[in-house]
Amino acid sequence: MSQTIATPPSIHLDTDYIGKPTSRVDGPAKVAGTAKYAAEFNVPNLLYGYVVSSPIAKGKITRIDAAPVLALPGVRQVFSHENVPHLAFLDRSYKDDVAPGGSPFRPLHDAEIKFSQQPVALVVADTFELARYAASILHIEYEEAAHETELARHIDDAYEPGRGKTGYKPPKSRGNFGRGWEQGVAHMEARYSHHAQHHNPMENFATTVEWLGDKKLKIYDKTQGAFNSQQYLTKIFGLSKDQARVISKYTGGGFGSGLRPQYQLFLAVMAALELERSVRVSLTRQQMFSFGHRPETLQHVAMATNPDGSLAGINHFAVAETSQFEDFTENVVGWSGMLYDCKNVKLGYRLAKLDVFTPLDMRAPGAASGSIALEIAMDEMAYAAGLDPLEFRLRNYSDFDQAEKLPYSSKNLRACYHEGAAKFGWERRSPEPGSMRDDNLLVGWGMGGGIWDASKQPAQVLASLDADGHLTVSSGTNEIGTGTYTIMTQIAAESMGLPLEAVTFILGDTTLPESPLQGGSWTAASVGTAVQEACTALGEELLKQAKKMDHPAFKDAKIDDVQFANGQLRLRSDATQAVVLRDLVQASGEPKIEAKNSKLPGLIGMVKPPKYSMHAHNAVFVEVKVDPDLMTVHVTRVVNAVAAGRIINPKTARSQVLGSVVWGISSALMEESVMDHRFGRFMNHSLAEYHVPVNADIHDIDVIFVHEEDAAVNPLGIKGLGEVGLLGVAAAVANAIYHATGKRVRDLPITIDKLL
Amino acid sequence: MNSFTFTQAPAVDAAVQESVAHDGAAYIGGGTNLIDLMKENVARPTHLIGLKKLGLDAIETLPDGGLRLGALATNADTAWHPEVEKRYPLLSQAILAGASPQLRNMATDGGNLMQRTRCYYFYDLATPCNKREPGSGCSAIGGYNRIHAILGTSEQCIATHPSDMCVALAALEATVRVSGPHGERTIPFEDFHRLPGTTPHLDNTLMPGELITGLDLPAQGFEKHFSYLKLRDRTSYAFALVSVAAALELDGNTITAARLALGGVAHKPWRDQAAEALLVGQPATVDTFRRAAAKVVEGAQGYGSNDFKIELARRAIVRALKQAAEMNQELDSNAFLNSNP
Ligand SMILES: Cc1cc2nc3c(=O)[nH]c(=O)nc-3n(C[C@H](O)[C@H](O)[C@H](O)COP(=O)(O)OP(=O)(O)OC[C@H]3O[C@@H](n4cnc5c(N)ncnc54)[C@H](O)[C@@H]3O)c2cc1C
Ligand code: SF4
Repeated sequence: MSQTIATPPSIHLDTDYIGKPTSRVDGPAKVAGTAKYAAEFNVPNLLYGYVVSSPIAKGKITRIDAAPVLALPGVRQVFSHENVPHLAFLDRSYKDDVAPGGSPFRPLHDAEIKFSQQPVALVVADTFELARYAASILHIEYEEAAHETELARHIDDAYEPGRGKTGYKPPKSRGNFGRGWEQGVAHMEARYSHHAQHHNPMENFATTVEWLGDKKLKIYDKTQGAFNSQQYLTKIFGLSKDQARVISKYTGGGFGSGLRPQYQLFLAVMAALELERSVRVSLTRQQMFSFGHRPETLQHVAMATNPDGSLAGINHFAVAETSQFEDFTENVVGWSGMLYDCKNVKLGYRLAKLDVFTPLDMRAPGAASGSIALEIAMDEMAYAAGLDPLEFRLRNYSDFDQAEKLPYSSKNLRACYHEGAAKFGWERRSPEPGSMRDDNLLVGWGMGGGIWDASKQPAQVLASLDADGHLTVSSGTNEIGTGTYTIMTQIAAESMGLPLEAVTFILGDTTLPESPLQGGSWTAASVGTAVQEACTALGEELLKQAKKMDHPAFKDAKIDDVQFANGQLRLRSDATQAVVLRDLVQASGEPKIEAKNSKLPGLIGMVKPPKYSMHAHNAVFVEVKVDPDLMTVHVTRVVNAVAAGRIINPKTARSQVLGSVVWGISSALMEESVMDHRFGRFMNHSLAEYHVPVNADIHDIDVIFVHEEDAAVNPLGIKGLGEVGLLGVAAAVANAIYHATGKRVRDLPITIDKLL
Repeated sequence: MNSFTFTQAPAVDAAVQESVAHDGAAYIGGGTNLIDLMKENVARPTHLIGLKKLGLDAIETLPDGGLRLGALATNADTAWHPEVEKRYPLLSQAILAGASPQLRNMATDGGNLMQRTRCYYFYDLATPCNKREPGSGCSAIGGYNRIHAILGTSEQCIATHPSDMCVALAALEATVRVSGPHGERTIPFEDFHRLPGTTPHLDNTLMPGELITGLDLPAQGFEKHFSYLKLRDRTSYAFALVSVAAALELDGNTITAARLALGGVAHKPWRDQAAEALLVGQPATVDTFRRAAAKVVEGAQGYGSNDFKIELARRAIVRALKQAAEMNQELDSNAFLNSNP
């Protein structure tokens, strides 16, 4: 049985806004173009920097001939390792909040080339066009060294990484897989692979630095964490927080690419400080392939089942790429010890060092890769055991986190299976591959699913009510397009009993209260909880003010005795005893009454020992139609059922899951960064050749949010859903293709050549 | 991108003179290919000659019953032109299978013929490429060549011509009209694009300074039995892995005329007249189509990652011919999969 914890009455929320589909409050600004992105701030006297990228993957720069470029009128400077200023010395200074173990890349640090497209120079000029032209004629000579970029050739020298990166848990084996395998009556064993992917958000990375004099900078950065960018800059350049104000109000897609400060931030700030001018550096689309990416993995899965279809053993091993200078770790295989009930689990995860830039978290890092192998393997195992893939999963349902040995705070994956299957019509599936047809087309139905952390980080929020009764809530978090502005407005409006129009949420500025990076699907839970706490604190201040105002009804009232509704503070026991919030502020004689939540932001990942395992889950059902001669595949239907606690805004939440499904289809069928190992270089570095789906590739997608209440994760019951919707989608597509065609493709993406 | 000057040419003669007068001059149509190449420093023209004022954007019926497409007519206007839709629907379909609506609104018919290969290495100055820099080597051979040619290749270049429109134009036996320093001439479509041989830097037979002024289509439009089938990595906004323009005339079930051209397989739109000859006089059956398909891929050679194209081309040819033959005879149940939105 799934375990459910009822919401205690003390935090019961009436649902004026929470849980109601709400259009984005920032929608009009985005549509009208008033929402500005990092490269769009046209500050006066701006200089433009253009990055020169290395054509080789390894070696060193032997000569830079900057003179002819510097002779061009309007070129201000050519920065390279030859003239980069002396900056912080220790690796520590270059570590951002999510830096993995190792030695972070320092732009223009020395003559050494560590990866193809490494930034080797920054040309700064009066116009963008001039900087770009000057960059194209900058003569640089290199001495090439042999590079290694092929993961398959380095499986043998792969090693077990330490606990380097925040959030990384080395996988734990349990029981005895060998015995389970021997005892099993049905078996499967296979190798799986997928290639590197680049995030490719619509908005290219860019930083506009406004020089305000005396090393004081206003920095418009494309990032998923303004504070992360700020702390990086203060350490490297020895700036105070006041000197390095970072602003990031809108981010045109992140998917993880903005979790670490990218090199244009360093370059723009360095140039601004050196030239004492405002500077912008923006990257080209080609350069968007020059930094972190989802690492390629090679995986191996073996499973065995007992006669009753229960899992006798699971063995999941993965090798992933990392750079020569950092250990990028993610949880690829750990999920395989959690999602299904199994005593004998053997897990392994290794890294191989290659001459590439350090990989980077990309939407559902690790889980997206691991679930490809696990969920195709589950399908293969179901066939080997003669069971329907859904029935097989239900027989191996796990109510208890066997990896952490903790009960789940809530887990309603069972409802995902049942509701998803019902909506999809799974019971009409005939198991035999190639047995279902729609006229001349082969029809395939496949499924998959996944599990993702429900995490929460400390965040600080300020709630401020002004004399007009308008509530401004602020926190230095980010909006990467997920709907943060909107749900925080909803939570605040609900908490203070105000209409949405009377609430403004402000974010993306390091002068605001500190918040963690926007990532890990934790923003809704972390900042949302803090918004609620700040509003509660504000409520207490308002009650104090009411007491000061000789209002007999509130004289002895405690915070639990009152409620906020219709723009009033009123007694729970007698709603006619009320005072208008605006009047409270006016009576105070102050322009506003404000309060902060009390939690101090701390290091990411610092949490008390947990009592529960907290996770979100999903189940995905996919239909494909395949032309039996040409082997063209169309994903005609997807049902994605998600259990992610309380859904604050079903509209933006659905968009999150729709986007996840599209990405899953993309991973399954088309998306990959193709490296030519002779050059150690990604070759399809444009959106014409790096394929993601177009509208015509996407057909029906149904999103279901199953009911899940969970007071243990946080008082609002939020688990977050930026990532969970992606899990199992690619595997479900692969499984559906197998069901349609009888062809089991284990190397993604499944392009037409692999099916012919 | 380098700095350049720009003139909007008032007339064809003036445009040609501008071109002769400036070293490093280039004509610019819609700019959808040229500007990209300039941004990547693959093309570095010093002088651009705008063609929009030449008055070459008309589409007119010719006295012999054919149709003339002005070189500056946009791809979109051509595809949606009532005469093209009615009499040369193969051409309409091919154009609409290419690029995206935004690109087709800008792209011109002349520019479409002149667009350059999408070979990854051609676009990346960090890698050797004989087409971009003669003598530097061909990176695609022995490299990542999934989108490369299987027919008519040379040891120096295995690039493809990426156009869809041109595949239909080859099948329809269009004629290219050009004006140059030495006057006007016409070039049969078959002779316009060339194979790479030992001079892969030359895509076509246009002489320096020559300007495309228009395209003439003969009266025969194969409007009853045609198919443009494009296979690609996504349903839109991707170049063809393999595309097939098939056009038939039928008398009952007997094929009386046939055209067959392929895209995505060679340095030029690949028309195969020997295969066409195998079709004529034969019944329109899958067996007949298979024989023609086998003929087309007879000399095909894969280079590793593009080996699959040989089998894909074979199957695509059969399907396209089948679709063309069945057209107006019975409803094609596969239309949804193979139609090009
Ligand atoms: C992302 C993307 C996807 C695409 N997908 C497809 C596709 O799927 N199928 C497809 O067929 N095409 C596709 N295209 C290519 C598109 O069709 C061509 O870019 C377009 O047809 C070129 O026309 P243009 O007028 O813009 O040419 P321009 O860019 O203006 O010019 C291209 C070349 O032609 C020369 N030129 C132009 N006009 C003349 C003339 N009258 N006489 C002589 N020389 C001339 C120029 O000097 C230049 O060298 C795609 C393009 C992009 C960017
Ligand atoms: S195939 Fe042609 S265009 Fe491509 S690298 Fe070789 S020579 Fe250059």
